Amino acid sequence: MLLRTINIVALPTLLFGVLIAVWSTVANQIQGFPPPMEVWNELLVVLSDPMYDNGAGDQGIALQLLSSLKRVFGGFALAIAVGIPVGLLIGMSKMAQTAFNPYIQILKPVSPLAWLPLALFVFKDVDMTAIFVIFITSIWPIIINTALGVRSVSEDYLNVAKVLQLTAFEKVFQIILPVAVPFIFTGMRLSLGIAWLVIVAAEMLTGGLGIGFWIWDEYNNLNYSHIIIGIILIGVVGYILDTIMGFIADHFDYRKRGRV
Amino acid sequence: MSTKPFLNIDHVNKIFPLGKGKEYVALRDVKLEIRENEIVSIIGHSGCGKSTLLNMIAGLDTISEGVILLEDREINAPGPERAVVFQNHSLLPWLTVYQNIEMAVKKVRDDLNPKEVKEHVMKYIDLVNLDHAKDKYPGEISGGMKQRVGIARALSIEPKVLLMDEPFGALDSLTRANLQDHLMRIQMQTGNTVVIITHDVDEAVLLSDRVIMMTNGPEATIGEILEVNLPRPRERLTLQHNEEYLRCRGAIVEFLYSKFAKHDD
Ligand SMILES: Nc1ncnc2c1ncn2[C@@H]1O[C@H](COP(=O)(O)OP(=O)(O)OP(=O)(O)O)[C@@H](O)[C@H]1O
Ligand SMILES: [Mg+2]
Repeated sequence: MLLRTINIVALPTLLFGVLIAVWSTVANQIQGFPPPMEVWNELLVVLSDPMYDNGAGDQGIALQLLSSLKRVFGGFALAIAVGIPVGLLIGMSKMAQTAFNPYIQILKPVSPLAWLPLALFVFKDVDMTAIFVIFITSIWPIIINTALGVRSVSEDYLNVAKVLQLTAFEKVFQIILPVAVPFIFTGMRLSLGIAWLVIVAAEMLTGGLGIGFWIWDEYNNLNYSHIIIGIILIGVVGYILDTIMGFIADHFDYRKRGRV
Repeated sequence: MSTKPFLNIDHVNKIFPLGKGKEYVALRDVKLEIRENEIVSIIGHSGCGKSTLLNMIAGLDTISEGVILLEDREINAPGPERAVVFQNHSLLPWLTVYQNIEMAVKKVRDDLNPKEVKEHVMKYIDLVNLDHAKDKYPGEISGGMKQRVGIARALSIEPKVLLMDEPFGALDSLTRANLQDHLMRIQMQTGNTVVIITHDVDEAVLLSDRVIMMTNGPEATIGEILEVNLPRPRERLTLQHNEEYLRCRGAIVEFLYSKFAKHDD
């Protein structure tokens, strides 16, 4: 028990000390690299007024994060709306699988950022472009995991459906979805994680608003402590997103409710 | 007991295509008439085609040649009048015992109102003595209990025929004996027609009115049919030294291990 407390508290603290030491050394070596204390003080300043709004390009950190989150959730929601039905179709029908598979295999490895110029040209709108890029990012893991979930439905359960003469609709809602939902949530969790990675890069390219833009803007302002603050906040938000998704996923997973 | 053929398996062949123009004739010329309220067991060596035959009756597998009739109607798809109890119970793990049965009842008996559904479900939970476990999930109950729920679910849709593919095969012998007694008691109460696949000689004699003995594949067919002339209810203990019991047992053993002995290849 004592040993565990030591492990949980002491080890991260120790590592934190090492990290600060390395950071301080780097800061000493590189002219203008902000030392830990300076970043800490800046962080307090940034967080003291996170919601200020001086018009385009000059807004508080919370507003920047919120606008990034809005785009992520916009694209993510679209990807769910399209990806789950497509995944169900591919999982249930050999024909659909044959039709879709080549395109999925070819489009999946394309960096979502490669779509960005094309989206910008089509939509001529920064928000729409970012949402589209997140949509393209998120859709593949959702499709693939949904289809995998459908295919993992055991033959026995399908036989039960046959004997009871369930309609296609009843089969989807009473047999397939309960099995597939945990897989779908795994896909969604993956998607959201990648989407949060991609939004930063996308916003650096599109500019205007958002945490990615903010970091790039602070680079142009030579405000390096803000870059580090941006990195830390992106990490914290990403961690919170993942934890929430994991929580929701477990809630919908019958296996995690103590019943196998 | 009525004598008209209730379930009529009429010159049925089952041929599996193996690709490249090859095929495997699993069953050849299977002919069997099963009477209403009868308990028939099918016994034979592994791979002879017992499951294939049962699945054709269930409509889960296609019939290559011949026809199977239930009350003079041809079988060509699965349906709730032929309930199946699978070897691995196949309960839906995200539903409780009650919900598993309720789901089947709701689908098949759409004439019942909610109150009647509840009574109906509880009647069958009662029948397998599982009141105390009705709100448990399949993962929380024993293998024997799961199989009882599977039987209750199958019976709850009040099928004309109950098809069971080695329903107790995965259970230890004590649990197995217990379920055999359950099954015999329930069948006396409900009068179901039952087709049960088994590997177990004692199980076949104890449960059945007739034992169908199958020859080995390929081209397996019915080798002999044994009538078990034991009165019901049957008591496992008193049967041990019963002459008819021993005669039946002997006949099956003779068939399986002498006439159609299977040598591991
Ligand atoms: N889809 C299939 N394609 C080709 N051959 C098959 C197929 N299904 C079953 N068979 C063959 O048909 C034969 C009968 O199989 P079946 O499963 O009915 O046997 P069984 O009597 O139920 O055996 P066991 O007692 O082991 O369950 C076997 O030789 C099997 O290999
Ligand atoms: Mg079998």
